[in-house]
Amino acid sequence: MAQELKTTDRQVISKPDAGERTRSRPVFVPRADIYETQDNVVLLVDMPGVASDGVDITLEKRTLAIRGYAADQQHENYRQVYAEYSAGDYERVLTLSEDIDRDGIEASQKNGVLRLVLPKAAPAKARKIQLKMA
Amino acid sequence: MLLSDLGRVGVDPFLEMRRMQQEVNQRLAGLTASAAQEFPPVNLWVGNDSVALTAELPGIAPDEVELTVRDNTLTLKGECESRAEDEKSVWHRRERPFGSFSRTVQLPFRVDPEQVEARFGNGVLEVELHRPEADRPRKIQIKG
Repeated sequence: MAQELKTTDRQVISKPDAGERTRSRPVFVPRADIYETQDNVVLLVDMPGVASDGVDITLEKRTLAIRGYAADQQHENYRQVYAEYSAGDYERVLTLSEDIDRDGIEASQKNGVLRLVLPKAAPAKARKIQLKMA
Repeated sequence: MLLSDLGRVGVDPFLEMRRMQQEVNQRLAGLTASAAQEFPPVNLWVGNDSVALTAELPGIAPDEVELTVRDNTLTLKGECESRAEDEKSVWHRRERPFGSFSRTVQLPFRVDPEQVEARFGNGVLEVELHRPEADRPRKIQIKG
């Protein structure tokens, strides 16, 4: 027997951090799963309606920004009579911890889900700084 | 008089009020966001003698969705991918839906089970259903 599944409504960002937007579409915070294995931190982000070329991931210092731009849904000769979700863009900003190997981050998109694998870096060795004799 | 006096010494009594108002608004916004919703969320579109349904099913492979049509109902059935990684994984966020789902949507009219088109792309399912030929409204000529 299939159990009934409930999901929480998507949150709408009232003020995306990029200031005023030029596209008049709602911006959602995409639902995400984040889990940590021994070697990686894996992020799964639900972005239905976003093709792989509509995904924009930027990493600046420790801030990882994920943006998804959904393609417009056009229905010729159709009018909408009932709506439970609305199409829009997605935006979520996460702060990474220091011990992520930034060059080894892998991203893939399948069936509207973005998968990011962030490899953990080897523990940074403490460096002793020698004082130069004047 | 009081306001202008305060303005001169650089104290804005409304600043704290605005800050509190903002904080309360933020908390209330969080409350509405947690309202439960059926899964998957669907949108319904009506055209001439046809109806289209779109549903957001991210992370579900197209062959894992089962569609059944009966009279004027459409049933979506399937299972979200299980996310059992190895035992040692630690969860930080768990917001995506999981488990199996089944949802029956009532359509505005009876549909022909032979004329159903379903497309699936980027996690969005699109089903187009048509009215059977016999049920379509017919124009009746009035004899003079």
